[in-house]
Amino acid sequence: MAGATLAEKILARASGQPRVRPGQIVTCAVDLLMMHDSGGPRRVAQRLAQLGARVWDPEKVVVVSDHFVPATDLDGAEILALTRRWAREQGVRHYDGVGICHVVLQEHGHVQPGMFCVGGDSHSPSGGAAGAYMVGVGATEVTGVLVTGEIWIKVPQTLRIDCAGRLGAGVSAKDVMLHLCARLGMNNDAFVVEYAGEAVAALSMSERLVLCNMAAELGAETGLVAPDATTLAALSEAGRPFAGDAGAWRSDDDARFDARVVVDAAALPPQVAAPHSPAHSDSVECAPRGVRIDQAYIGACTGAKLSDLRMAAAVLAGRKVAAGTRLLIAPASTAMTAQAAAEGTLATLTEAGAILLPTGCGACAGMGAGMLAAGETCIASTARNFKGRMGSAEAQVWLGSPYTVAASAVKGRIADPREFLA
Amino acid sequence: MILRGRCHVFGDQVDTDALAPGPYMRKPLPELASHCLEAVDPRFAREVQRGDIVVAGRGFGIGSSREQAVQALLHLGVAAVVATSFARIFYRNALNLGLPALACPALVVRAGDELEVRPQQGEIENLSQGTRFACEPIPAPLLAVVAAGGLMPWLEARLAARRGA
Ligand code: SF4
Repeated sequence: MAGATLAEKILARASGQPRVRPGQIVTCAVDLLMMHDSGGPRRVAQRLAQLGARVWDPEKVVVVSDHFVPATDLDGAEILALTRRWAREQGVRHYDGVGICHVVLQEHGHVQPGMFCVGGDSHSPSGGAAGAYMVGVGATEVTGVLVTGEIWIKVPQTLRIDCAGRLGAGVSAKDVMLHLCARLGMNNDAFVVEYAGEAVAALSMSERLVLCNMAAELGAETGLVAPDATTLAALSEAGRPFAGDAGAWRSDDDARFDARVVVDAAALPPQVAAPHSPAHSDSVECAPRGVRIDQAYIGACTGAKLSDLRMAAAVLAGRKVAAGTRLLIAPASTAMTAQAAAEGTLATLTEAGAILLPTGCGACAGMGAGMLAAGETCIASTARNFKGRMGSAEAQVWLGSPYTVAASAVKGRIADPREFLA
Repeated sequence: MILRGRCHVFGDQVDTDALAPGPYMRKPLPELASHCLEAVDPRFAREVQRGDIVVAGRGFGIGSSREQAVQALLHLGVAAVVATSFARIFYRNALNLGLPALACPALVVRAGDELEVRPQQGEIENLSQGTRFACEPIPAPLLAVVAAGGLMPWLEARLAARRGA
Protein backbone atom coordinates (compact mmCIF):
# COMPACT_ATOMS: atom_id res chain seq x y z
CA MET A 1 0.00 0.00 0.00
CA ALA A 2 1.37 3.38 -1.02
CA GLY A 3 2.07 5.93 1.69
CA ALA A 4 -0.11 8.92 2.50
CA THR A 5 0.28 12.52 1.37
CA LEU A 6 0.52 15.37 3.87
CA ALA A 7 -3.03 16.49 3.05
CA GLU A 8 -4.37 12.96 3.59
CA LYS A 9 -2.59 12.69 6.93
CA ILE A 10 -4.09 15.93 8.21
CA LEU A 11 -7.60 15.06 7.01
CA ALA A 12 -7.34 11.57 8.53
CA ARG A 13 -6.35 13.03 11.89
CA ALA A 14 -9.06 15.72 11.78
CA SER A 15 -11.76 13.21 10.84
CA GLY A 16 -10.63 10.51 13.25
CA GLN A 17 -9.97 7.95 10.52
CA PRO A 18 -6.90 5.75 10.22
CA ARG A 19 -6.60 6.69 6.55
CA VAL A 20 -8.49 8.71 3.94
CA ARG A 21 -8.54 8.50 0.15
CA PRO A 22 -9.20 11.05 -2.59
CA GLY A 23 -12.89 11.29 -3.37
CA GLN A 24 -13.99 10.20 0.12
CA ILE A 25 -16.22 12.63 2.01
CA VAL A 26 -15.18 13.15 5.63
CA THR A 27 -16.35 15.32 8.51
CA CYS A 28 -13.44 17.18 10.10
CA ALA A 29 -13.15 18.77 13.54
CA VAL A 30 -11.96 22.35 13.17
CA ASP A 31 -8.84 23.39 15.15
CA LEU A 32 -9.03 27.07 14.22
CA LEU A 33 -11.66 29.28 12.60
CA MET A 34 -10.67 32.68 11.18
CA MET A 35 -13.08 35.36 10.01
CA HIS A 36 -12.73 38.99 8.98
CA ASP A 37 -14.85 42.12 9.15
CA SER A 38 -16.36 41.71 5.67
CA GLY A 39 -17.52 38.10 5.90
CA GLY A 40 -17.50 37.66 9.69
CA PRO A 41 -19.67 38.99 12.54
CA ARG A 42 -21.49 41.35 10.17
CA ARG A 43 -22.84 38.27 8.39
CA VAL A 44 -22.92 35.58 11.09
CA ALA A 45 -24.05 37.42 14.25
CA GLN A 46 -27.69 37.54 13.22
CA ARG A 47 -27.66 33.96 12.00
CA LEU A 48 -26.25 32.69 15.29
CA ALA A 49 -28.88 34.68 17.18
CA GLN A 50 -31.60 33.28 14.93
CA LEU A 51 -30.40 29.76 15.72
CA GLY A 52 -30.15 30.56 19.41
CA ALA A 53 -26.68 29.01 19.29
CA ARG A 54 -23.37 29.91 20.90
CA VAL A 55 -19.82 29.70 19.57
CA TRP A 56 -18.74 26.08 19.98
CA ASP A 57 -15.30 26.99 21.33
CA PRO A 58 -14.27 30.69 21.66
CA GLU A 59 -10.64 29.60 22.15
CA LYS A 60 -10.57 28.34 18.56
CA VAL A 61 -11.98 31.46 16.91
CA VAL A 62 -9.93 34.44 15.70
CA VAL A 63 -11.48 37.59 14.21
CA VAL A 64 -9.36 40.01 12.19
CA SER A 65 -10.64 43.40 11.01
CA ASP A 66 -8.85 44.29 7.79
CA HIS A 67 -11.19 44.79 4.83
CA PHE A 68 -12.83 48.08 5.89
CA VAL A 69 -9.88 49.25 7.99
CA PRO A 70 -9.61 52.12 8.62
CA ALA A 71 -13.20 53.17 7.98
CA THR A 72 -13.52 55.50 5.00
CA ASP A 73 -17.28 55.99 5.29
CA LEU A 74 -20.14 55.44 7.68
CA ASP A 75 -21.08 52.00 6.29
CA GLY A 76 -17.55 50.76 6.96
CA ALA A 77 -17.43 52.36 10.40
CA GLU A 78 -20.66 50.61 11.42
CA ILE A 79 -19.39 47.25 10.17
CA LEU A 80 -16.19 47.68 12.21
CA ALA A 81 -18.13 48.71 15.32
CA LEU A 82 -20.39 45.66 15.02
CA THR A 83 -17.32 43.42 14.60
CA ARG A 84 -15.74 44.87 17.76
CA ARG A 85 -18.92 44.44 19.80
CA TRP A 86 -19.53 40.88 18.69
CA ALA A 87 -15.95 39.75 19.34
CA ARG A 88 -16.12 41.22 22.85
CA GLU A 89 -19.49 39.61 23.62
CA GLN A 90 -18.34 36.20 22.42
CA GLY A 91 -14.97 36.42 24.14
CA VAL A 92 -13.01 35.59 21.00
CA ARG A 93 -9.59 36.92 20.02
CA HIS A 94 -9.88 40.05 17.87
CA TYR A 95 -7.07 41.74 15.95
CA ASP A 96 -8.54 45.14 15.20
CA GLY A 97 -6.79 46.99 12.41
CA VAL A 98 -3.28 45.67 13.00
CA GLY A 99 -2.88 43.78 9.76
CA ILE A 100 -4.35 41.64 6.99
CA CYS A 101 -5.93 38.44 8.32
CA HIS A 102 -3.69 35.81 6.70
CA VAL A 103 -0.56 37.74 7.63
CA VAL A 104 -1.74 38.35 11.21
CA LEU A 105 -2.43 34.63 11.73
CA GLN A 106 1.09 33.81 10.59
CA GLU A 107 2.72 36.66 12.52
CA HIS A 108 1.15 35.44 15.75
CA GLY A 109 1.73 31.74 15.12
CA HIS A 110 -1.95 30.78 15.29
CA VAL A 111 -1.67 28.21 12.51
CA GLN A 112 0.46 25.20 13.45
CA PRO A 113 1.67 22.11 11.58
CA GLY A 114 -0.94 19.39 11.16
CA MET A 115 -3.88 21.62 12.09
CA PHE A 116 -7.17 21.57 10.21
CA CYS A 117 -8.34 25.19 9.86
CA VAL A 118 -11.20 27.03 8.22
CA GLY A 119 -11.21 30.67 7.16
CA GLY A 120 -14.03 32.90 6.00
CA ASP A 121 -11.90 34.13 3.10
CA SER A 122 -10.83 32.63 -0.20
CA HIS A 123 -7.12 33.17 0.49
CA SER A 124 -7.30 31.03 3.63
CA PRO A 125 -5.00 28.47 1.96
CA SER A 126 -2.27 30.89 3.16
CA GLY A 127 -2.30 28.88 6.40
CA GLY A 128 -0.69 26.03 4.46
CA ALA A 129 2.65 27.83 4.78
CA ALA A 130 2.81 26.45 8.33
CA GLY A 131 1.98 22.91 7.20
CA ALA A 132 -1.72 23.13 8.12
CA TYR A 133 -4.72 22.29 5.96
CA MET A 134 -6.72 25.50 5.77
CA VAL A 135 -9.73 26.00 3.51
CA GLY A 136 -11.80 29.05 2.65
CA VAL A 137 -15.60 29.03 2.97
CA GLY A 138 -18.47 31.51 2.80
CA ALA A 139 -20.28 33.12 5.73
CA THR A 140 -23.08 30.54 5.98
CA GLU A 141 -20.56 27.72 6.37
CA VAL A 142 -18.66 29.85 8.88
CA THR A 143 -21.92 29.94 10.83
CA GLY A 144 -22.12 26.15 10.52
CA VAL A 145 -18.61 25.77 11.92
CA LEU A 146 -19.33 28.26 14.74
CA VAL A 147 -22.30 26.10 15.78
CA THR A 148 -20.94 22.59 15.23
CA GLY A 149 -17.13 22.92 15.22
CA GLU A 150 -17.14 20.66 12.15
CA ILE A 151 -17.23 20.78 8.38
CA TRP A 152 -17.39 18.20 5.57
CA ILE A 153 -14.57 17.92 3.06
CA LYS A 154 -14.22 15.83 -0.06
CA VAL A 155 -10.67 14.51 0.18
CA PRO A 156 -8.85 16.07 -2.79
CA GLN A 157 -6.19 14.54 -4.98
CA THR A 158 -2.70 15.85 -4.32
CA LEU A 159 -0.88 17.85 -6.97
CA ARG A 160 2.79 17.98 -6.04
CA ILE A 161 4.78 20.90 -7.37
CA ASP A 162 8.54 20.51 -7.19
CA CYS A 163 10.50 23.74 -7.60
CA ALA A 164 13.96 22.70 -8.72
CA GLY A 165 16.99 24.94 -8.17
CA ARG A 166 16.99 28.35 -6.50
CA LEU A 167 15.07 31.40 -7.68
CA GLY A 168 17.29 33.99 -9.38
CA ALA A 169 17.84 37.58 -8.24
CA GLY A 170 14.71 39.70 -8.65
CA VAL A 171 12.47 36.61 -8.83
CA SER A 172 10.07 35.65 -6.05
CA ALA A 173 7.31 33.28 -4.96
CA LYS A 174 4.84 35.57 -6.71
CA ASP A 175 6.54 34.87 -10.03
CA VAL A 176 6.30 31.12 -9.40
CA MET A 177 2.56 31.46 -8.80
CA LEU A 178 1.87 33.65 -11.83
CA HIS A 179 3.79 31.16 -13.94
CA LEU A 180 1.73 28.29 -12.48
CA CYS A 181 -1.55 30.14 -13.09
CA ALA A 182 -0.67 30.46 -16.77
CA ARG A 183 0.57 26.89 -16.99
CA LEU A 184 -2.10 25.05 -15.00
CA GLY A 185 -5.08 27.37 -15.40
CA MET A 186 -7.55 28.24 -12.67
CA ASN A 187 -9.77 25.15 -12.58
CA ASN A 188 -7.74 22.81 -10.40
CA ASP A 189 -10.55 22.27 -7.90
CA ALA A 190 -9.94 18.52 -7.65
CA PHE A 191 -6.54 19.16 -6.09
CA VAL A 192 -4.73 20.24 -2.99
CA VAL A 193 -1.34 21.63 -4.02
CA GLU A 194 1.78 20.61 -2.12
CA TYR A 195 4.88 22.70 -2.84
CA ALA A 196 8.34 21.20 -2.37
CA GLY A 197 11.85 21.28 -3.75
CA GLU A 198 15.04 23.24 -3.25
CA ALA A 199 13.53 26.64 -4.08
CA VAL A 200 10.70 26.16 -1.57
CA ALA A 201 13.05 24.94 1.16
CA ALA A 202 15.05 28.16 0.70
CA LEU A 203 11.99 30.43 1.01
CA SER A 204 10.99 32.39 4.11
CA MET A 205 7.58 31.89 5.74
CA SER A 206 6.37 35.12 4.11
CA GLU A 207 7.24 33.78 0.68
CA ARG A 208 5.72 30.36 1.42
CA LEU A 209 2.57 32.22 2.37
CA VAL A 210 2.42 33.57 -1.19
CA LEU A 211 2.68 30.06 -2.67
CA CYS A 212 -0.18 28.79 -0.52
CA ASN A 213 -2.25 31.99 -0.73
CA MET A 214 -2.34 31.86 -4.52
CA ALA A 215 -3.41 28.21 -4.55
CA ALA A 216 -6.75 30.05 -4.56
CA GLU A 217 -5.91 31.47 -7.99
CA LEU A 218 -5.21 27.94 -9.23
CA GLY A 219 -8.74 27.13 -8.08
CA ALA A 220 -7.28 24.44 -5.79
CA GLU A 221 -8.84 23.23 -2.54
CA THR A 222 -5.83 24.59 -0.67
CA GLY A 223 -2.01 24.73 -0.68
CA LEU A 224 0.58 23.20 1.65
CA VAL A 225 4.26 23.28 2.49
CA ALA A 226 5.53 20.56 4.84
CA PRO A 227 6.96 22.08 8.04
CA ASP A 228 10.74 22.26 8.42
CA ALA A 229 13.32 24.16 10.49
CA THR A 230 12.19 27.47 8.95
CA THR A 231 8.59 26.79 10.06
CA LEU A 232 9.59 25.86 13.59
CA ALA A 233 11.87 28.88 13.98
CA ALA A 234 9.09 31.20 12.84
CA LEU A 235 6.60 29.71 15.30
CA SER A 236 9.06 30.05 18.16
CA GLU A 237 9.74 33.64 17.19
CA ALA A 238 5.98 34.29 17.10
CA GLY A 239 5.78 33.11 20.70
CA ARG A 240 3.84 29.92 19.95
CA PRO A 241 6.49 27.22 19.55
CA PHE A 242 5.22 23.98 18.02
CA ALA A 243 4.96 21.27 20.66
CA GLY A 244 4.25 18.28 18.41
CA ASP A 245 6.39 16.16 16.14
CA ALA A 246 6.89 18.21 12.97
CA GLY A 247 8.36 15.20 11.19
CA ALA A 248 4.94 13.52 11.29
CA TRP A 249 3.53 16.20 8.99
CA ARG A 250 5.10 15.41 5.65
CA SER A 251 4.13 13.23 2.71
CA ASP A 252 5.50 9.70 2.97
CA ASP A 253 8.40 8.92 0.67
CA ASP A 254 6.23 6.36 -1.11
CA ALA A 255 3.10 8.56 -1.19
CA ARG A 256 1.16 8.49 -4.44
CA PHE A 257 0.72 11.94 -5.97
CA ASP A 258 -2.16 12.14 -8.42
CA ALA A 259 -0.33 14.74 -10.48
CA ARG A 260 3.20 16.17 -10.48
CA VAL A 261 4.65 19.30 -11.98
CA VAL A 262 8.25 20.46 -11.97
CA VAL A 263 9.11 24.16 -12.08
CA ASP A 264 12.61 25.08 -13.17
CA ALA A 265 12.93 27.78 -10.51
CA ALA A 266 16.50 28.70 -11.40
CA ALA A 267 15.51 29.56 -14.98
CA LEU A 268 12.24 31.35 -14.17
CA PRO A 269 12.19 35.01 -15.27
CA PRO A 270 9.98 37.62 -13.52
CA GLN A 271 6.34 37.26 -14.59
CA VAL A 272 3.53 39.70 -15.21
CA ALA A 273 -0.17 38.93 -15.60
CA ALA A 274 -2.07 40.94 -18.20
CA PRO A 275 -5.62 42.16 -17.44
CA HIS A 276 -8.01 40.61 -16.32
CA SER A 277 -6.73 37.27 -15.01
CA PRO A 278 -3.72 35.84 -13.16
CA ALA A 279 -3.79 33.12 -15.82
CA HIS A 280 -2.79 35.73 -18.44
CA SER A 281 0.77 35.57 -17.14
CA ASP A 282 3.98 35.46 -19.08
CA SER A 283 7.61 36.50 -18.74
CA VAL A 284 8.04 40.24 -18.18
CA GLU A 285 10.29 40.15 -21.27
CA CYS A 286 7.18 39.45 -23.35
CA ALA A 287 5.10 42.30 -21.87
CA PRO A 288 4.26 45.13 -24.24
CA ARG A 289 6.82 47.92 -23.78
CA GLY A 290 4.46 50.80 -24.34
CA VAL A 291 1.92 50.33 -21.54
CA ARG A 292 1.91 53.51 -19.42
CA ILE A 293 1.41 52.93 -15.69
CA ASP A 294 -0.82 55.40 -13.84
CA GLN A 295 -0.67 53.58 -10.52
CA ALA A 296 1.76 51.08 -9.06
CA TYR A 297 0.28 49.37 -5.99
CA ILE A 298 2.22 47.41 -3.40
CA GLY A 299 -0.38 45.99 -1.08
CA ALA A 300 -2.33 42.94 0.11
CA CYS A 301 -1.55 39.76 2.02
CA THR A 302 0.13 38.47 -1.13
CA GLY A 303 2.34 41.48 -1.76
CA ALA A 304 3.01 43.89 1.12
CA LYS A 305 4.68 41.91 3.89
CA LEU A 306 8.06 43.03 5.25
CA SER A 307 9.82 40.77 2.72
CA ASP A 308 7.81 42.44 -0.07
CA LEU A 309 8.64 45.94 1.18
CA ARG A 310 12.32 44.96 1.16
CA MET A 311 12.03 43.72 -2.44
CA ALA A 312 10.54 47.06 -3.45
CA ALA A 313 13.22 48.94 -1.52
CA ALA A 314 16.00 46.98 -3.25
CA VAL A 315 14.75 48.37 -6.57
CA LEU A 316 13.83 51.87 -5.36
CA ALA A 317 16.99 52.68 -3.39
CA GLY A 318 18.39 55.97 -4.74
CA ARG A 319 15.70 56.16 -7.45
CA LYS A 320 12.49 58.14 -8.00
CA VAL A 321 9.03 57.18 -9.13
CA ALA A 322 8.46 58.35 -12.73
CA ALA A 323 6.58 61.59 -13.35
CA GLY A 324 2.94 60.83 -14.13
CA THR A 325 3.02 57.57 -12.15
CA ARG A 326 1.96 57.21 -8.52
CA LEU A 327 3.32 54.49 -6.25
CA LEU A 328 1.02 53.47 -3.39
CA ILE A 329 2.22 51.20 -0.59
CA ALA A 330 -0.07 49.68 2.05
CA PRO A 331 2.03 47.49 4.39
CA ALA A 332 0.38 44.19 5.42
CA SER A 333 0.65 44.74 9.18
CA THR A 334 1.46 47.47 11.67
CA ALA A 335 4.25 45.37 13.20
CA MET A 336 5.83 45.07 9.76
CA THR A 337 5.46 48.82 9.21
CA ALA A 338 7.28 49.41 12.49
CA GLN A 339 10.05 47.00 11.55
CA ALA A 340 10.37 48.56 8.08
CA ALA A 341 10.62 51.99 9.71
CA ALA A 342 13.22 50.86 12.24
CA GLU A 343 15.48 49.27 9.63
CA GLY A 344 15.22 52.12 7.11
CA THR A 345 13.23 50.26 4.46
CA LEU A 346 10.32 52.65 4.80
CA ALA A 347 12.53 55.70 4.28
CA THR A 348 13.88 54.20 1.06
CA LEU A 349 10.32 53.82 -0.19
CA THR A 350 9.11 57.27 0.80
CA GLU A 351 12.28 58.98 -0.49
CA ALA A 352 11.54 57.42 -3.87
CA GLY A 353 8.20 59.22 -3.75
CA ALA A 354 5.90 56.42 -2.59
CA ILE A 355 2.61 57.35 -0.92
CA LEU A 356 2.28 55.39 2.30
CA LEU A 357 -1.25 54.06 2.94
CA PRO A 358 -2.82 52.53 6.05
CA THR A 359 -2.46 48.84 6.77
CA GLY A 360 -5.43 46.83 5.57
CA CYS A 361 -6.88 45.23 2.44
CA GLY A 362 -7.22 48.69 0.92
CA ALA A 363 -7.46 48.83 -2.85
CA CYS A 364 -6.79 45.09 -3.31
CA ALA A 365 -10.51 44.37 -3.17
CA GLY A 366 -11.63 47.85 -4.18
CA MET A 367 -12.64 48.71 -0.64
CA GLY A 368 -10.06 51.21 0.58
CA ALA A 369 -7.72 53.94 -0.63
CA GLY A 370 -6.21 53.56 -4.08
CA MET A 371 -9.19 52.75 -6.29
CA LEU A 372 -8.85 53.16 -10.04
CA ALA A 373 -10.75 55.39 -12.47
CA ALA A 374 -12.01 54.31 -15.89
CA GLY A 375 -9.20 54.15 -18.43
CA GLU A 376 -6.41 53.95 -15.83
CA THR A 377 -3.71 51.32 -15.84
CA CYS A 378 -2.27 49.81 -12.67
CA ILE A 379 0.37 47.22 -11.87
CA ALA A 380 -0.19 45.59 -8.47
CA SER A 381 1.52 43.10 -6.19
CA THR A 382 -1.91 41.66 -5.22
CA ALA A 383 -3.16 38.16 -6.05
CA ARG A 384 -5.94 38.82 -8.55
CA ASN A 385 -6.73 41.31 -11.28
CA PHE A 386 -10.31 40.49 -12.15
CA LYS A 387 -12.19 43.16 -14.06
CA GLY A 388 -13.59 45.84 -11.75
CA ARG A 389 -11.93 44.46 -8.60
CA MET A 390 -9.80 47.54 -7.83
CA GLY A 391 -12.38 50.12 -8.90
CA SER A 392 -13.73 50.90 -12.37
CA ALA A 393 -14.51 47.96 -14.65
CA GLU A 394 -12.86 50.10 -17.34
CA ALA A 395 -9.50 50.07 -15.53
CA GLN A 396 -6.65 47.74 -16.56
CA VAL A 397 -4.77 45.90 -13.83
CA TRP A 398 -1.51 44.00 -14.34
CA LEU A 399 0.05 41.81 -11.66
CA GLY A 400 3.69 41.40 -10.77
CA SER A 401 6.02 40.80 -7.84
CA PRO A 402 6.94 43.74 -5.56
CA TYR A 403 10.25 43.91 -7.47
CA THR A 404 8.44 44.25 -10.78
CA VAL A 405 5.86 46.72 -9.46
CA ALA A 406 8.64 48.92 -8.04
CA ALA A 407 10.66 48.74 -11.28
CA SER A 408 7.55 49.66 -13.26
CA ALA A 409 6.93 52.63 -10.96
CA VAL A 410 10.43 53.94 -11.70
CA LYS A 411 10.07 53.53 -15.45
CA GLY A 412 6.43 54.58 -15.66
CA ARG A 413 5.80 51.48 -17.76
CA ILE A 414 6.09 47.74 -17.25
CA ALA A 415 9.74 47.00 -16.50
CA ASP A 416 12.03 44.05 -15.77
CA PRO A 417 13.37 44.50 -12.21
CA ARG A 418 16.59 42.66 -13.00
CA GLU A 419 17.92 45.79 -14.76
CA PHE A 420 17.76 47.56 -11.40
CA LEU A 421 19.36 44.85 -9.31
CA ALA A 422 22.51 44.21 -11.34
CA MET B 1 -38.03 20.44 -7.17
CA ILE B 2 -38.55 21.37 -10.83
CA LEU B 3 -37.34 24.72 -12.17
CA ARG B 4 -38.27 26.13 -15.53
CA GLY B 5 -36.76 29.28 -16.98
CA ARG B 6 -35.15 31.19 -19.80
CA CYS B 7 -31.38 31.08 -19.86
CA HIS B 8 -28.69 33.76 -19.94
CA VAL B 9 -25.40 32.44 -21.28
CA PHE B 10 -21.93 33.47 -20.06
CA GLY B 11 -18.40 32.27 -20.83
CA ASP B 12 -15.61 30.74 -18.72
CA GLN B 13 -14.23 32.06 -15.41
CA VAL B 14 -17.04 34.40 -14.44
CA ASP B 15 -15.53 35.66 -11.17
CA THR B 16 -16.93 36.90 -7.86
CA ASP B 17 -15.75 40.45 -8.54
CA ALA B 18 -18.08 40.45 -11.56
CA LEU B 19 -20.92 38.93 -9.51
CA ALA B 20 -20.48 41.17 -6.45
CA PRO B 21 -18.13 44.09 -7.28
CA GLY B 22 -15.88 45.25 -4.42
CA PRO B 23 -16.76 48.95 -4.60
CA TYR B 24 -20.39 48.09 -3.68
CA MET B 25 -19.62 45.43 -1.07
CA ARG B 26 -20.44 47.62 1.93
CA LYS B 27 -23.78 48.65 0.38
CA PRO B 28 -27.13 46.97 1.02
CA LEU B 29 -27.88 43.92 -1.14
CA PRO B 30 -30.36 45.55 -3.57
CA GLU B 31 -27.77 48.16 -4.54
CA LEU B 32 -24.99 45.57 -4.83
CA ALA B 33 -27.23 43.28 -6.90
CA SER B 34 -27.99 46.08 -9.38
CA HIS B 35 -24.28 45.91 -10.35
CA CYS B 36 -24.20 42.10 -10.58
CA LEU B 37 -22.26 40.98 -13.70
CA GLU B 38 -22.11 44.52 -15.09
CA ALA B 39 -18.42 44.15 -15.93
CA VAL B 40 -19.35 41.24 -18.24
CA ASP B 41 -22.83 42.23 -19.43
CA PRO B 42 -24.06 45.70 -18.38
CA ARG B 43 -27.67 44.84 -19.29
CA PHE B 44 -27.96 41.63 -17.26
CA ALA B 45 -29.14 43.04 -13.91
CA ARG B 46 -31.81 45.12 -15.65
CA GLU B 47 -33.08 42.43 -17.98
CA VAL B 48 -32.99 39.26 -15.89
CA GLN B 49 -36.42 38.05 -14.79
CA ARG B 50 -37.54 36.02 -11.82
CA GLY B 51 -37.08 32.31 -12.58
CA ASP B 52 -34.36 32.82 -15.21
CA ILE B 53 -31.40 30.46 -15.29
CA VAL B 54 -27.73 31.43 -15.62
CA VAL B 55 -25.63 29.15 -17.82
CA ALA B 56 -21.85 29.46 -17.94
CA GLY B 57 -18.59 27.73 -18.81
CA ARG B 58 -15.73 26.57 -16.62
CA GLY B 59 -14.83 27.88 -13.18
CA PHE B 60 -18.02 29.82 -12.47
CA GLY B 61 -17.64 31.89 -9.29
CA ILE B 62 -13.84 31.83 -9.09
CA GLY B 63 -12.31 34.29 -6.64
CA SER B 64 -13.58 35.54 -3.32
CA SER B 65 -15.53 33.66 -0.64
CA ARG B 66 -18.13 36.47 -0.56
CA GLU B 67 -21.61 35.02 -0.40
CA GLN B 68 -23.03 38.19 -1.90
CA ALA B 69 -22.00 36.63 -5.23
CA VAL B 70 -24.79 34.09 -4.63
CA GLN B 71 -27.14 36.48 -2.86
CA ALA B 72 -26.99 38.99 -5.71
CA LEU B 73 -28.18 36.29 -8.12
CA LEU B 74 -30.90 35.19 -5.70
CA HIS B 75 -31.99 38.81 -5.21
CA LEU B 76 -32.34 39.25 -8.97
CA GLY B 77 -34.57 36.16 -9.06
CA VAL B 78 -32.13 33.74 -10.70
CA ALA B 79 -33.53 30.24 -10.06
CA ALA B 80 -30.45 28.13 -10.81
CA VAL B 81 -26.92 28.26 -12.18
CA VAL B 82 -25.70 25.61 -14.58
CA ALA B 83 -22.01 25.61 -15.52
CA THR B 84 -19.38 23.36 -17.04
CA SER B 85 -17.64 23.56 -13.65
CA PHE B 86 -17.70 25.70 -10.51
CA ALA B 87 -15.12 27.29 -8.24
CA ARG B 88 -15.23 25.30 -5.01
CA ILE B 89 -16.31 28.00 -2.55
CA PHE B 90 -19.01 29.40 -4.85
CA TYR B 91 -20.45 25.91 -5.35
CA ARG B 92 -20.74 25.27 -1.61
CA ASN B 93 -22.08 28.78 -0.97
CA ALA B 94 -24.75 28.45 -3.66
CA LEU B 95 -26.18 25.17 -2.37
CA ASN B 96 -25.86 26.30 1.26
CA LEU B 97 -27.92 29.39 0.44
CA GLY B 98 -30.54 27.51 -1.56
CA LEU B 99 -29.42 28.45 -5.10
CA PRO B 100 -29.27 25.21 -7.10
CA ALA B 101 -25.86 24.92 -8.82
CA LEU B 102 -25.39 22.10 -11.30
CA ALA B 103 -22.23 21.09 -13.12
CA CYS B 104 -23.24 19.93 -16.58
CA PRO B 105 -20.28 19.82 -18.99
CA ALA B 106 -22.41 18.31 -21.78
CA LEU B 107 -25.10 21.01 -21.85
CA VAL B 108 -25.77 22.67 -25.20
CA VAL B 109 -27.83 25.89 -25.16
CA ARG B 110 -28.43 29.12 -27.00
CA ALA B 111 -29.14 32.35 -25.14
CA GLY B 112 -32.86 32.60 -24.44
CA ASP B 113 -33.55 28.84 -24.59
CA GLU B 114 -36.16 27.55 -22.17
CA LEU B 115 -34.70 25.01 -19.72
CA GLU B 116 -36.21 22.65 -17.20
CA VAL B 117 -33.87 21.80 -14.32
CA ARG B 118 -34.35 19.00 -11.78
CA PRO B 119 -31.54 19.55 -9.24
CA GLN B 120 -32.11 16.51 -7.05
CA GLN B 121 -32.29 14.15 -10.02
CA GLY B 122 -29.38 15.94 -11.72
CA GLU B 123 -31.23 16.40 -15.00
CA ILE B 124 -31.64 19.28 -17.41
CA GLU B 125 -33.98 19.43 -20.36
CA ASN B 126 -33.58 22.04 -23.07
CA LEU B 127 -37.24 22.55 -23.94
CA SER B 128 -36.44 24.86 -26.86
CA GLN B 129 -34.22 22.28 -28.56
CA GLY B 130 -35.83 19.08 -27.28
CA THR B 131 -32.60 17.77 -25.76
CA ARG B 132 -31.82 16.28 -22.35
CA PHE B 133 -28.58 16.24 -20.31
CA ALA B 134 -27.28 14.53 -17.17
CA CYS B 135 -25.47 16.64 -14.54
CA GLU B 136 -22.69 15.64 -12.19
CA PRO B 137 -24.12 14.35 -8.90
CA ILE B 138 -24.24 16.72 -5.91
CA PRO B 139 -22.12 15.38 -2.97
CA ALA B 140 -24.28 13.63 -0.36
CA PRO B 141 -23.80 16.17 2.49
CA LEU B 142 -24.87 18.99 0.17
CA LEU B 143 -27.83 17.03 -1.13
CA ALA B 144 -29.04 16.78 2.48
CA VAL B 145 -28.61 20.56 2.80
CA VAL B 146 -30.52 21.15 -0.46
CA ALA B 147 -33.32 18.87 0.77
CA ALA B 148 -33.52 20.89 4.00
CA GLY B 149 -33.78 24.13 1.99
CA GLY B 150 -30.28 25.42 2.75
CA LEU B 151 -27.68 25.26 5.50
CA MET B 152 -29.59 27.50 7.94
CA PRO B 153 -32.73 25.30 7.98
CA TRP B 154 -30.42 22.25 8.12
CA LEU B 155 -28.64 23.70 11.18
CA GLU B 156 -31.98 24.54 12.80
CA ALA B 157 -33.15 20.96 12.37
CA ARG B 158 -29.88 19.63 13.75
CA LEU B 159 -30.01 21.91 16.79
CA ALA B 160 -33.67 21.01 17.41
CA ALA B 161 -32.79 17.32 17.30
CA ARG B 162 -29.91 17.90 19.73
CA ARG B 163 -32.15 19.81 22.15
CA GLY B 164 -34.84 17.15 21.88
CA ALA B 165 -32.35 14.37 22.61
S1 SF4 C 1 -5.43 41.83 1.00
FE1 SF4 C 1 -6.76 41.33 -0.73
S2 SF4 C 1 -6.47 39.13 -1.06
FE2 SF4 C 1 -5.65 39.60 0.99
S3 SF4 C 1 -7.35 39.19 2.41
FE3 SF4 C 1 -7.43 41.37 1.87
S4 SF4 C 1 -8.84 41.50 0.11
FE4 SF4 C 1 -8.22 39.35 0.33
